[in-house]
Amino acid sequence: MTTVPIARALNQGLRDAMDADDKVLLIGEDIGRLGGVFRVTDGLQKDFGEQRVVDSPLGEAGIVGSAIGLAMAGYRPVCEIQFDGFVFPAMNQIVTQLAKYRHRSEGQITLPVVIRIPVGGGIGAIEHHSESPEAYFAHTAGLKVMSPSSAQEAYDQIGLAIRSDDPVIFLEPKRSYWLKGEVDTAATPTPADKAKIVRAGDDLTLVVWGALVPVALKVAEVCAEEGRSIEVIDMRSLSPIDDATLLASLERTGRLVVAHEASRTAGVGAEIAARMQQQAFYSLEAPILRVTGYDTPYPASRLEEDWLPGLDRILDAVDQSFDQ
Amino acid sequence: MSPASPSTTPSAVADRGDPISLLAADGTLRPHADLAVPDDVAARDLYRDMVMSRRVDSEAIALQRQGELGLWPSMLGQEAAQVGAGHALRPRDVVFPTYREHGVAWCRGVDPVNLLGLFRGTTMGGWDPTANNFNLYTLVIGAQTLHAVGYAMGIVRDGDVGTGDPDRDRAVLVFLGDGSLSEGETNEAFVWAAAQSLPVVFFCQNNQWAISAPYSVQSRIPVADRAKGFGFPGVRVDGNDAVACLAATEAALESARQGNGPTLIEAFTYRRNPHTTSDDDGRYRAHAENDHWEALDPIDRLRRHLEATGQLDDAFTASVTRQETELAERLRSGCRSLPVPAAGSPFEHTFVDIPAELRTQMDQHVAFVAAGQGAES
Repeated sequence: MTTVPIARALNQGLRDAMDADDKVLLIGEDIGRLGGVFRVTDGLQKDFGEQRVVDSPLGEAGIVGSAIGLAMAGYRPVCEIQFDGFVFPAMNQIVTQLAKYRHRSEGQITLPVVIRIPVGGGIGAIEHHSESPEAYFAHTAGLKVMSPSSAQEAYDQIGLAIRSDDPVIFLEPKRSYWLKGEVDTAATPTPADKAKIVRAGDDLTLVVWGALVPVALKVAEVCAEEGRSIEVIDMRSLSPIDDATLLASLERTGRLVVAHEASRTAGVGAEIAARMQQQAFYSLEAPILRVTGYDTPYPASRLEEDWLPGLDRILDAVDQSFDQ
Repeated sequence: MSPASPSTTPSAVADRGDPISLLAADGTLRPHADLAVPDDVAARDLYRDMVMSRRVDSEAIALQRQGELGLWPSMLGQEAAQVGAGHALRPRDVVFPTYREHGVAWCRGVDPVNLLGLFRGTTMGGWDPTANNFNLYTLVIGAQTLHAVGYAMGIVRDGDVGTGDPDRDRAVLVFLGDGSLSEGETNEAFVWAAAQSLPVVFFCQNNQWAISAPYSVQSRIPVADRAKGFGFPGVRVDGNDAVACLAATEAALESARQGNGPTLIEAFTYRRNPHTTSDDDGRYRAHAENDHWEALDPIDRLRRHLEATGQLDDAFTASVTRQETELAERLRSGCRSLPVPAAGSPFEHTFVDIPAELRTQMDQHVAFVAAGQGAES
């Protein structure tokens, strides 16, 4: 067991996956010599060589399109898109090709491609470096979407993503890259498609993922001091969504708050709310609430702290749920 | 010449000289300084494959007119380019087509009945890409060029380049049209192929038209000249000359297999039919243009060569005709027999590992269809 930041846990996860399978290789901008702008791939090119850790030309469509070709040739490519806001040049290859090939080929073509993307705000960045594009991917049939919240999950989930034969969009909360946590590389991972109760509670279910998991845990601590017991669920997987874990929790607590950084309208929170109101309607004590980014483009960084769903806004939503 | 006005001449772009031709209009083989005539040109096989490809194409158009296919993109006039290139392939080379390479599919041994399903609406694919090393058709223009590049990267990592062993070295042949050269992804593919010196040959059939856009809308220079800017050779051949197409593709593939990197081949030809059966090409081009290219028919030219070299005897002609007739009948009956997939099929093929919620959707949908509530009777 070691205590490491998420960036290092990912590095170890990539390293172990590449050691276990010669077909795993990495492609992205600046991932080789530089080790990645967040150092997630630090040291890997030195140890695995330039053929397996590829400093790509500057082009996201090329990164994903060539990964598709490599997968057709029997490889298991792990792409890095440098920042969330720059995944969009790759959207054609992701949506019209990567997501559809298995269906197009009636199951004969498998594309075990992983696309790693640093996502989310709260780091004082300039435009296009704080996006949360998960809804585009969750809505696209044929893609799996995962997001780790801690060092252990980062290590476990990157391994699961690489071993999956389906294409996986792997969303890494960039403001949490330096968040330290214990990692046991020998622990059995929670299955890829399962959400996890990271703090048990009785009074309200708070559903989050990625960078908001630590925030939600703080919310629960504050609420505990006020006599409210909050159950925090880390979704881990945004496609598929683990309805069963959410439903079991709601049947006990009767109250649901979902929080995500991404803009409100048509966000993944809306999908969770729609499913849970249908499945848990008679268990609900209050309307399902969402705490989200607003329906504006991501703001200039001097405004981001209030724009993002943080401790205060989530606590307000918890209060509102009990005030119904 | 304004890019917006249609042209009645084959090309309104800067002239680079005539494309390389080895088989003259009268059917005689003539050497060219820049391209050697291959030894042992299997002219009868080329001819047979071109005739069969054309028949696949014409039967498919007829099937569309009968309502058996919703759509068909015709390759009439492009048989020499496709079959010439197809004959240059070795079994372990891998092909990435567009959606019009019915002649290459024929050369690769893909059952032509399987080409029809995509256009009949029974599938989005239709065949196993690994069975004949011929990928599925790609409808998003240019997208396959990046897949070809990635596959070539895989070949490099397999060590199957430049070994000198003909059973080991292999390359990728990717087809693209003149219009696709304007797509960003096609240009990215050129960047990657050049920078990494990948074993990939880009075979561009410049058939002059991207639906209603003449080539002059896409570029002010010939297709083959585009490669130089990226750092690899461009070769311009007469796309109606099966021997030149074969020779150029053989040379380019062998160069790629040896580790010399990519080549762009421009096969200068003409799309004799509309873009698809849904297109009305009378709205944007003149019949005189088609007449000009019909006179340059690639199959006629090769037939003259067979005649001139004593290879066109009655037995051969009869066998070609017989094969053609059998093929046509098989296409017609095969088309009508293409299976409609089960209602649950899209659900089963979305993922390797089907999520619980999708399985629930599938079960509900299959039950809905089985109860006779579906649209199809």
